[in-house]
Amino acid sequence: MKKIYLDYAATTPVDPLVAKAMASYFSEKFGNTMSLHSFGQEAKMALEESREIVADLIFAKPSEITFTSSATESNNLALKGVAMANKHLGKHIIISAIEHPCVLESANWLKKQGFDVTKIGVDKYGMVSPENIKKTIKEDTILVSIIHGSNEIGTIEPIAEIGKICREKGVLFHTDASQSLGKIPIDVNKMNIDLLTASSHKMYGPKGAALLFVKEGVKIEPILHGGGQENGLRSSTVNIPAIVGFAKACEIAKKEMSGEAKRLAKLRDKLIKGVLKIQGAHLNGHPKIRLPNNANFSFDFIEGESLIIQLDLHGVACSTGSACSSAKLEPSHVLLATGMKHEQAHGSLRVSLGKWTKESDINYLLKILPKIIKQLRKISPYGKK
Amino acid sequence: MEKNNTCAGIYTKKVIETFKNPHNYGKIKNADGIGKVGNIVCGDVMWLYIKVAKNKKKEDFIKDVKFETFGCVAAISTSSMITDLVKGKTIKEALKITKDNIVESLGGLPKIKYHCSVLAIDALAEAIFDYLKKNKMPIPKELEDRHKKAKRERGILEKRYKNRAE
Repeated sequence: MKKIYLDYAATTPVDPLVAKAMASYFSEKFGNTMSLHSFGQEAKMALEESREIVADLIFAKPSEITFTSSATESNNLALKGVAMANKHLGKHIIISAIEHPCVLESANWLKKQGFDVTKIGVDKYGMVSPENIKKTIKEDTILVSIIHGSNEIGTIEPIAEIGKICREKGVLFHTDASQSLGKIPIDVNKMNIDLLTASSHKMYGPKGAALLFVKEGVKIEPILHGGGQENGLRSSTVNIPAIVGFAKACEIAKKEMSGEAKRLAKLRDKLIKGVLKIQGAHLNGHPKIRLPNNANFSFDFIEGESLIIQLDLHGVACSTGSACSSAKLEPSHVLLATGMKHEQAHGSLRVSLGKWTKESDINYLLKILPKIIKQLRKISPYGKK
Repeated sequence: MEKNNTCAGIYTKKVIETFKNPHNYGKIKNADGIGKVGNIVCGDVMWLYIKVAKNKKKEDFIKDVKFETFGCVAAISTSSMITDLVKGKTIKEALKITKDNIVESLGGLPKIKYHCSVLAIDALAEAIFDYLKKNKMPIPKELEDRHKKAKRERGILEKRYKNRAE
């Protein structure tokens, strides 16, 4: 059976060019960046070259890039690091209700340490209102953290506007750009961003590398203490192969991004148009302002896990915000934050496209999906209409 | 536990086969008993219909059984499995079926999905309760208790589904 991967928001395959760039850094150029000998210096050079390439993609200075192991680590470092370094200025932190769990849980942990956390709601499209942020910022607010592109519903938040407000109010602004880097342009200066998280494996790089951009002058405490790598902000032996791969992925993204975004948006719109022909199908997230590769739907009267497994049995890999697919047995907090009812959140389907998605893949999905939904509704007590 | 090499890897082959080709789904018109249960935590809803007749020994037995389920793979396969397990059984025998019987018949279920097998036996108990009550027949104490519990859970669920857009 032909297999079609439409879950690029979960992770992406490593681009063969990336794998090739990494290859010599395992057994040949294996040095530790902290070593003074030639092996170490070779690794150090690769690290600093990678830092330049990665910085270039977001218009940052290389010295403003800290490499970490994952977006989860970067987000933990951003929230906890800023909170710890700035607690003398205030204890209030603002996040949105649709953040990734690693931001939500970091904020929850900070709450336990005595910080005051406000979770800003979103509209029915999952959009955060900059006005709302403005109203919520208090005297003792030290950090605002808002996701750039939603990992679930694809909505792109008004980051530049929110950043401007934070700048005016003298509050630090962090954005989780794990889903958006390499897909849509990011300029940390124009968008008034103080801290930014991005991840390698969401953009055809390997797992195990991510970054935290920290604007020059922003005070932040490390959460990993040790040998003082990454300018003391992230002690750990540096994962050179992964970082070299991440840099290569950024280099490729810089070249391919604009063309690829147009191509994917066209396929995405074809998919959305086709799926919405199915009775009882709804689009989740913003109809226009969304990541070029993300489509998210809800289907009345059926449950997402059943849908995902049926699609998988037909060779198509997608994901769902249904409770039954999660370890917690609760539907997606993102869908619920948009005001969606539980039963509709249970019937959600996320389709995320990528570099190797072809029009024929979308056509195949559009062919099998109505049949699968019909079959599941036949079994459902609610599906008879 | 035998694993299937797909993203359905958490389920046994038997669960996936049952999910792909569920038995006895749909409604029974003029059913003798209907059991409607829902598990609010997972969002699974299961309706079970039974048709009862007398066997040669003049005992009540389940002549036909059908289900309708809104739920995950585990909910759909446990629904199908319970219909297979009770079809042709006397009421007495049917009430002896446990969640473990269902889980075993499916070759196992992930722990987090065990509640789906509970849902299936609850649906059956409710359908039998409904039949006994309609026909003013004596209801065993244990069944009465199970009914009370299911009723409580249904109350919570109905509140949630009241505003359902249909």
